[in-house]
Formats: sequence, C-alpha cells, structure tokens
Amino acid sequence: MQIRVTVNGTTYERDVEPRKLLIHFLRDDLDLTGSHIGCDTGNCGACSVIVDGVLLKSCMLLAVQADGANVETVEGLAADEELTPLQRSFNEHHALQCGYCTPGMLMSATALLRENPSPSEAEIEKALQGNICRCTGYWNIVEAVKAVTR
Amino acid sequence: MLLREVDYAKPASLAEALELLAANDGARALAGGQTLINVMKARAASPDLLVDLHGLEELRGIELAADGTLTIGAMTTYSELIRSAEAKARPILGEVCAQIADVQVRNRGTVGGNVCSNDPTNHLPPLMVAIGARMTIAGPGGEREVPAEEFFLGVYMTAVGPGELLTRITVPAGRKDGFASVTLGADGTCICNAAATVNGAVRVALGCVDAVPVLVSAASPDEVAAAVRAAGLTPPADVHASSEYRAHLAEVLASRAAREAAEH
Repeated sequence: MQIRVTVNGTTYERDVEPRKLLIHFLRDDLDLTGSHIGCDTGNCGACSVIVDGVLLKSCMLLAVQADGANVETVEGLAADEELTPLQRSFNEHHALQCGYCTPGMLMSATALLRENPSPSEAEIEKALQGNICRCTGYWNIVEAVKAVTR
Repeated sequence: MLLREVDYAKPASLAEALELLAANDGARALAGGQTLINVMKARAASPDLLVDLHGLEELRGIELAADGTLTIGAMTTYSELIRSAEAKARPILGEVCAQIADVQVRNRGTVGGNVCSNDPTNHLPPLMVAIGARMTIAGPGGEREVPAEEFFLGVYMTAVGPGELLTRITVPAGRKDGFASVTLGADGTCICNAAATVNGAVRVALGCVDAVPVLVSAASPDEVAAAVRAAGLTPPADVHASSEYRAHLAEVLASRAAREAAEH
C-alpha cells in the first residue's frame, strides 16, 4: 500500500506491506533509528513516538495506520543540533545509563510537558509508567524532568 | 516483529465496515490494536483482513442526556473518556480507565476494544456489568441492544457475532460506584478485580475469577463477603495466584469496592 507520512517535518511517500509495524517503517524504511525496539511486545515503551500530537508505542501501530499522519520521533527534538531543555536536563542529571530507553523516555516526557508544564512528581511518574528502564535509573530520570517543569 | 501477511482496509462508514466483515471469513475489526496487534505478533490470532475502525464517526463521541444517561462510542479511547467532561457524570468510568496500563496504551486503546476482547483480566467487563450498561451491536440486519450481563459469553467471546460490531455503550445515571483490584505492579494486569454499585442493594461484578464477570448481589456492603463465598467460585490458578488465593481476593476486593461505592 502506498502511504504518505510526515516525520519530523519531512514528508515521505513509500509503498509498505500492511503487516509492517510503524517502528519498522521508521527504522528500516526511513533509516530513523533513534526510536528503539526494546521488547517488541508493547511493554517497554522504547519505541514511543508522538503521532498527530498523541504519544503512542510505534510497535503497536501498523505503518499503514500512520498514513496521512504527522509523526514526531526523538530525532525531531533537537532542531538544528540544539538540544531541548529536557534533553540537556537528561544530560545534566545523568538520566541515562545504557541509553536504550532514553528515546522513549524523552518522547513521553515531552508529551507530558506539552500537556502539563507543571506536573507534580506523582504526575511525572504516572506519565513515565509506560517506559521501562532496564538500568532502573528512574530516580535521575524523574529528577531530570522535574528540573524543567515550570 | 514481522506479522503474518494481512490485508488492510479502512472503511469510510459503518455500513462499509459491516459489509467488509460480512464478506470475509478471516476479517477482524481493528480498534485501538493495543491487544490485537500483540496477539498477532504471537500468532495467537492471524486474521486475513484487518478492518480498521478509525475514522468511523458513528463509533465516536460521548453524549450526556438530560436524565444523566451516558452514551459512549465504542472507539472512544481511555484517554478521551478520562478527559471527557460528560463522562464525569459517572465518575467511576474515568477513574477505572486511568488505571489501565500506561499513557501510551490509554491514548490508543478503546473502551469498545476492552469489552469486546473480553480478556477475563480486563477492567471494563466487570465494571459494565456492575453498573448495568447496555451494549448496542450493529449487524447486517440492523441494531440490537444487549445488557452487559448477557454480553460476555466466554473467554475472548462476546455477543458480538461474526459480521457484527459494537457501536456504543449506554450507561445509566449514578454515582455510587466503587472499583478495587490487585494488580501486577501499579496499573498492571489484574490478578483479581471487583466493580460495585449501590442502588438500594449492592451489585458487585468480579473479574479474573471465571470466564465472564460474576455478578453477586447483597443487601449491604457488610454482607458482600458472605455473598461472594456463597457463590462458590472456583477461579483459575496461574503463576500469580492459586485458585484459593484468588477466591480470597474476590471476597476482599468485592467488600472493598462495595464500601467505596456506599461512601460515594
């Protein structure tokens, strides 16, 4: 099927099989390997992206379902190589160890802060519930998000 | 993961969706996909055709009637329901949806998908039974309405037959509701859950203890535990809980949900 998807401001037209998951479309067809595949079962959140303003796990969406959609991935955060305040805060707070979960964590935290720029600690934890950090570095991740709340 | 080859259709109307489902034995409705896509990865289901219900306006929206009756479109996501001003007329709906999985799943998973998949560990089947919801099913012959008590037929089985679709759920007015569960981690899969509503007597529907929600009635919250015991449950056992432990949880959670309902 022919689909037309805008990812981080660039529109791509591709022919894809309906069975292809959005995460594979991003990684294999568009070579946007920032979004990770951690579990492939919808549990870990490493593949989280924002589709038409809504945070989703891209391993639980078919690429054909993103036809006509506007997708944001971790590559789209740092426009012109300039890190976002959230990304800088992750750096400053040592909020990543192996870094595998980081793209998903950043997208979930970005979605949270857009909707609620002043979340409580409990709201931050609830917002990151769908993202698993295998290094169990949650403390610093929450600290990093807290530091950029208003 | 690579799914088995599958065709995909995105109908523009409910009538077209019903035609596609009726014309293809291997067709399966795709709602939020937060269960179905994973089930397809595991090859536990291998539909030949996915009929994507996104974009069907007939299945969307939440309406509040003057008498407090809520009508919830089957394709309403958990997040939409949580944010809906209308749905606050029956607060338990948003409260329970906020306990399902995580933000990403709540953003995509649908109320209709939750009840139609009828996994015995799901949150909404017992809730819909307890609060006396009515399910509207559309098929080639038109629409019919089924009470939630008769909607759930078996594990993964509901009154929605081949070639049919759940279109909306109608919830009567009320506020005295409760929900209690023991889960695998915060907001995780339920090991046992109970939904209760108080309207004169107490109605409690238990999840995870049988193939379908088990409805128990009692005159007061204090009598709920005895009523659950009298129901003679023989819940399934798994790695998380023995049958005896689940039966014990059922009594405890039913009482907890009933007390919460009475206090509202």
